[in-house]
Amino acid sequence: MLKLADLTKNAELFSQGHRACAGCGEALAVRQILLAAQGIPVVTAMATGCLEIFSSIYPHSAWQVPMIHTAFETAASTAAGIETAYRFFRKTGKIKEEIRIIAFAGDGGTYDIGLQALSGALERRHRFLYVCTNNEAYMNTGIQRSSATPYGADTTTSPAGKVLPGKVQHRKNIMEIVIAHDVPYAAQTTIFFWRDLMSKVQKALATDGPTFLNVLVPCPLGWRHPSSETVKLSKLAADTCYWPIYEFENGQYKMNYKPQKRLPIEEFLKPQGRFRHLFQKTEGKEVISELQRYIDEQWQLLLKKEAAFAHREG
Amino acid sequence: MILAKTGNEALAYAMKQINPDVVAAYPITPSTEIVQIFSTYVSDGEVDSEFVAVESEHSAMAACIGAAAAGCRVMTATASQGLALMHEMLFIAAGLRLPIVMSVASRSLSSPLNIHGDHSDSLASRDSGWLQFFCETVQEGYDTLIQAVKIAEKAYLPALVAIDGFILSHCQERIETLTDSEVRDFLGPFKPNYNLLDWHNPILVGPATLQDYYFEFKRGEIEGMNRAIEAIEAAQEEFGKRFGRWYQVIEEYRCDDAEAVLVLMGSACGTCRVAVDRLREKGMKVGMVKLRVFRPLVHSILKNCLRRFKSIGVLDRVDAVNSYGGPLFTEITSVLYDLPERPNVFSYVYGLGGREFTPEDAAGVLEAVLGGKKEELVTYIGVR
Repeated sequence: MLKLADLTKNAELFSQGHRACAGCGEALAVRQILLAAQGIPVVTAMATGCLEIFSSIYPHSAWQVPMIHTAFETAASTAAGIETAYRFFRKTGKIKEEIRIIAFAGDGGTYDIGLQALSGALERRHRFLYVCTNNEAYMNTGIQRSSATPYGADTTTSPAGKVLPGKVQHRKNIMEIVIAHDVPYAAQTTIFFWRDLMSKVQKALATDGPTFLNVLVPCPLGWRHPSSETVKLSKLAADTCYWPIYEFENGQYKMNYKPQKRLPIEEFLKPQGRFRHLFQKTEGKEVISELQRYIDEQWQLLLKKEAAFAHREG
Repeated sequence: MILAKTGNEALAYAMKQINPDVVAAYPITPSTEIVQIFSTYVSDGEVDSEFVAVESEHSAMAACIGAAAAGCRVMTATASQGLALMHEMLFIAAGLRLPIVMSVASRSLSSPLNIHGDHSDSLASRDSGWLQFFCETVQEGYDTLIQAVKIAEKAYLPALVAIDGFILSHCQERIETLTDSEVRDFLGPFKPNYNLLDWHNPILVGPATLQDYYFEFKRGEIEGMNRAIEAIEAAQEEFGKRFGRWYQVIEEYRCDDAEAVLVLMGSACGTCRVAVDRLREKGMKVGMVKLRVFRPLVHSILKNCLRRFKSIGVLDRVDAVNSYGGPLFTEITSVLYDLPERPNVFSYVYGLGGREFTPEDAAGVLEAVLGGKKEELVTYIGVR
């Protein structure tokens, strides 16, 4: 098991001095991921987005590992090219050591504009870890809704108005889309569960084939919560079952965290400005109860899947 | 070896001999066969290349960029909508100074949908920072693709080699091929100027730049394009010396005492040669100037060549929609602008969507250009 005492000895491959906002969940996630990716060298790619902007403004770089940025929708396709190059050099003996490839993209670059490239790369079985640092909207361009934005959230392109209560659709289930590609490993987690996140990274990197990690990263700017609450919110996301912590490995679902006491969704929503309107109007109650219904349904579904596979195993 | 090959077959064969490290490509008419034939070479173990059958042209270019940044010699092929879909990534390949080489079987752009040959696709990518070569024959396509690898790798710029869709891509010609070892020796090993997989020396490729650095990066890229002529001329020279087939940035055909010439690119140069011959038989002083290298546009060479003619007809196989003449026309006129005495230059647009362009059409244009009078700014040839 990963221990903090050991981790402090690991090299910081994502160095301090970058320009992320105070309390940025994405920066924490990337740091944790690279802290876990030790031992075997990694080569990385990233999509256009917050991460790229705050980590790479020339002539500065926070990356202590090789990193390439090409475009918004190309984290997977660029990584596919790198992985192919790596296979070529391994085949021809020009590279002797093992190298792992990690692609980073936000929810916009993953759920939306980069979905096709991701699907293609998964289907072609490139061996790489794809990390979606998911803050549930297009934060870099100023908090526009994405297909990862939850129902009822106020964003600049799904504004809560006189008629509409924010986003009127539920978020896309990207995990099931990825799993439908028969990937050997896909997992979901968030930054509070640092040990879970880091062991998932290590598991993914040790897996032959494409792997996927969906990491919820609270965004103080877009979610409108105090910088100090980022990690707490990520815990609340799991405790309300809003963000199930689970993995899919070789055809089996496994819940990695089942809150002892499930909290109502309001506990997660209340501290966030993007849901404030739901508590100010009476109509907001309906939106909250629909959100609760959806979350319960998704949670139950996951439990059933876990049980079904456990039963099959038995 | 003397072989009968279509343009697509010849380019695929050249790719086989080049034996690139990585090919990432997506099929599209009329270039599909290039990818298809190449994938049979991969399946039969005739190349060392890793082939990635991507899910779109956008991903094709993204994967090419990833592989090239990781130190590989990389090639691809596309056309038309595929090149248009790649558009975003073309600029990134050039900005990252990656010598990716791409075959294009030139085709029109939709809408309306049309699969036949014109230069809309490549010309729409004009400002993306890619070297652009337009070929008259299958032989030239084969030779140019091989040269392009060497040129791109010396200039650290990506290169596009265009053969006219169907007219060249699907028509068989007699070509003289080189041996595999001749191609290999001509190209030598690829020496990338950076390598992402060199994890001992981590680098950041493709950073964000602000107002304080972007301009310098672009200026450097522009200078790279300006100086690419040195790499082109060196490659042409070495190719000629080694293999006896000589190429130039522009080729003059019966221009010595010509008063009127046509300037154009691609397969229609062959058509124009026939027209020039016919009019020469009638004693008319006409000729043709073929532009083989469109990017970089070598102003000095063009100016020195074209300044001596009385009248020039520029033939564009693409229209720039309400520009002041076709795109090649506007470039030629701007090249000639600062001369104290300028030739008359006339703009003609021909052959869109594969519309037939005959020696009679070419002769008609030549006669009109020789006459030196033209009413409309742009004349559209053979359009109803």
